[in-house]
Amino acid sequence: MLPAALDAYVAAARELGNPSSLHAAGRGARRLVEESRERIAAALGARPSEVVFTGGGTEADNLAAKGIFWARRDADPRKRRVVASAVEHHAVLDAVEWLGRHEGAEIVLQPVDGAGRVDPAAFAALVAAHGDEIAVVSVQWANNEVGTVQPVAELAAIAARAGVPFHTDAVQAVGQVPVDFAGSGAAALTLTGHKVGGPVGVGALLLGRDVPCTPLLHGGGQERDVRSGTLDTPGVVAFATAVEAAVAERAEHAVTVAALRDDLVGRVRSAIPDAILNGDPADRLPGNAHFSFPGCEGDALLLLLDAQGIYCSTGSACSAGVAQPSHVLLAMGADDGRARSSLRFSLGHDSTKADVDALLAALPGAVERARRAGAWKTPG
Amino acid sequence: MSGGVDSAVAAARARDAGHDVTGVHLALARNPQTFRTGARGCCTLEDSRDARRAADVIGIPFYVWDMAEEFHESVVDDFVSEYAAGRTPNPCLRCNEKIKFAAVLDRAVALGFDAVVTGHHARLGADGLLRRSVDLPKDQSYVLAVLTRAQLDRAVFPLGDSTKEQVRAEAAARGLAVADKPDSHDICFISDGDTRGFLESRLGSAPGDIVDGRTGEKLGTHNGAYGFTVGQRKGLDLRVPAADGRPRYVLSITPVSNTVTVGPREDLAVDVVTADRPIWHASSDISDCEVQLRAHGEVVGASVAVTSESLVATLKSPARGVAAGQAIVAYRPDPAGDIVLGSATITAGSRASTHA
Repeated sequence: MLPAALDAYVAAARELGNPSSLHAAGRGARRLVEESRERIAAALGARPSEVVFTGGGTEADNLAAKGIFWARRDADPRKRRVVASAVEHHAVLDAVEWLGRHEGAEIVLQPVDGAGRVDPAAFAALVAAHGDEIAVVSVQWANNEVGTVQPVAELAAIAARAGVPFHTDAVQAVGQVPVDFAGSGAAALTLTGHKVGGPVGVGALLLGRDVPCTPLLHGGGQERDVRSGTLDTPGVVAFATAVEAAVAERAEHAVTVAALRDDLVGRVRSAIPDAILNGDPADRLPGNAHFSFPGCEGDALLLLLDAQGIYCSTGSACSAGVAQPSHVLLAMGADDGRARSSLRFSLGHDSTKADVDALLAALPGAVERARRAGAWKTPG
Repeated sequence: MSGGVDSAVAAARARDAGHDVTGVHLALARNPQTFRTGARGCCTLEDSRDARRAADVIGIPFYVWDMAEEFHESVVDDFVSEYAAGRTPNPCLRCNEKIKFAAVLDRAVALGFDAVVTGHHARLGADGLLRRSVDLPKDQSYVLAVLTRAQLDRAVFPLGDSTKEQVRAEAAARGLAVADKPDSHDICFISDGDTRGFLESRLGSAPGDIVDGRTGEKLGTHNGAYGFTVGQRKGLDLRVPAADGRPRYVLSITPVSNTVTVGPREDLAVDVVTADRPIWHASSDISDCEVQLRAHGEVVGASVAVTSESLVATLKSPARGVAAGQAIVAYRPDPAGDIVLGSATITAGSRASTHA
């Protein structure tokens, strides 16, 4: 956690008070919550009333996908289509698939190109053909695995012209690329605390005032009657502190991190000439470098690098602890082998050239070893 | 690390011995939602979490390796086809032979590891000899005897000098929550424990006759000869009582005619056992050793002659319930733990002489 966010958390946690209570302590807590709401709104180009606090990104994604679907379908039973990109985070994808299995939704997954981008023309054609049947659209701002940034404003404008609410999961984008809710034209936007140096377990859905949304959680109706549950005041305060700092430092941070990332990418490519850089080569998150290493299993590489103190991620979902090939890479046209051979290196504010040096010192040996370890599965 | 107490303590001991240890849990189900959700066996989701938690407590890295394809081909399919051929396989033995000390070991060696450590109850000391555990009821040398010299050279069994009770006490002292987890007894890929039902779902129903081994008389019918094991007494469901009123046992299974032959207990007795595919660590002619003919089965004195392809054991006293497909494991009694001389797969049992 960012030191300023942690300090804000601890200071707020020392104060007694439920922001829903009417007495003085409650009013004090409510003031902290409302100030936090205003700070987040200001940092992200939203109105304070558009900030709905949640228990994190997953809840916000579920609220947007399910809540907007339910509200729109209830108002007009023809609106049964749910559109999402094929590379969404599981918090969106699984929520949408659930709507298909249990709520009679018709799921339309928008394909992506080899770089992981949704094609606005294809999306426009879909909206032109079926706009009056679409309940909700969800396309992430930036991909959590390969880092590709989507043409969100363009897609949101297409949806808006047809009167279709457009949700974007911006969990990866806030603090990394410029995010302006009003400017994006989106109807709803997800963000979460721990991706910006705030606490885990607190996030928000930015939800336009006129966007109908049925609650997931019923109870006291604390958040605009769309979300119930006593708010976690210290978490909310720390979240706002972190969002504010991440947005304020974003531009400068992006330049240094992207330069370091470009250095990493260039050096990996010269050390491992057949490594494939995944994702959009230019329009990507500044700290993201994602490669496939043909002939290696990502799992094996991770084990070998972890043993040398280098932390990376296969980026693949774990199903029963078993690494599955990434749905993102498969949607981008990678075959099973390439999808399984991939690894993500993420750089942050505290990453240094020495970190990249350490990676490059370990990587060639690890790749060679992982290739040998992979060979037992495919003899000859 | 299966998620049980033995592998957790084995990992902890290996780490304490100064090794650089990484925990590996094997995912063995093709579809993680099927037999990994059962409460039994050793490959449920809960077991995977228990293993991870144990690794965290010990302080070692932990990974899940997907061995589902290899396990299915080498163990599950083999299990089904062995039963279909009228034999009685031991899937735990096959898993050691083909998965733990083959697929897992090969991958580990390629990744730079030196050995596979498991929580098996058996001793493997500096002399390189595989011996029974000090805890004889828990001894697992029988299902490890199939390992070759090369496999044994890369195996570490840290628990062989301890009883199960001592292992559990040590787990508790180490703060491992699996200390009092019940032992797994069942075949891990048959989550409901119904082996016959499992085989029937794979092999279909194949009705055939149950006949008397002495008279050839048809005594009843069965739904598939694969549901029977030599020596089995229960579940024959015979409507015709034996003339002498004594219980009858499965004497043999003949897949070609789909016949199950039954008879009195004494007809089960054999004193010559032939076997193939020997893994042998001793001289080819042993006049005096002990052999074990099934897991946790009785031990009988024998002389053994071994070639590169076969093994013949002449028993000093008759054994019962000798089923083709099971392993015959030969031991040399030793005060420091009976030494495994080798193992082979039983093809037949017969009577060389008449015992009173």
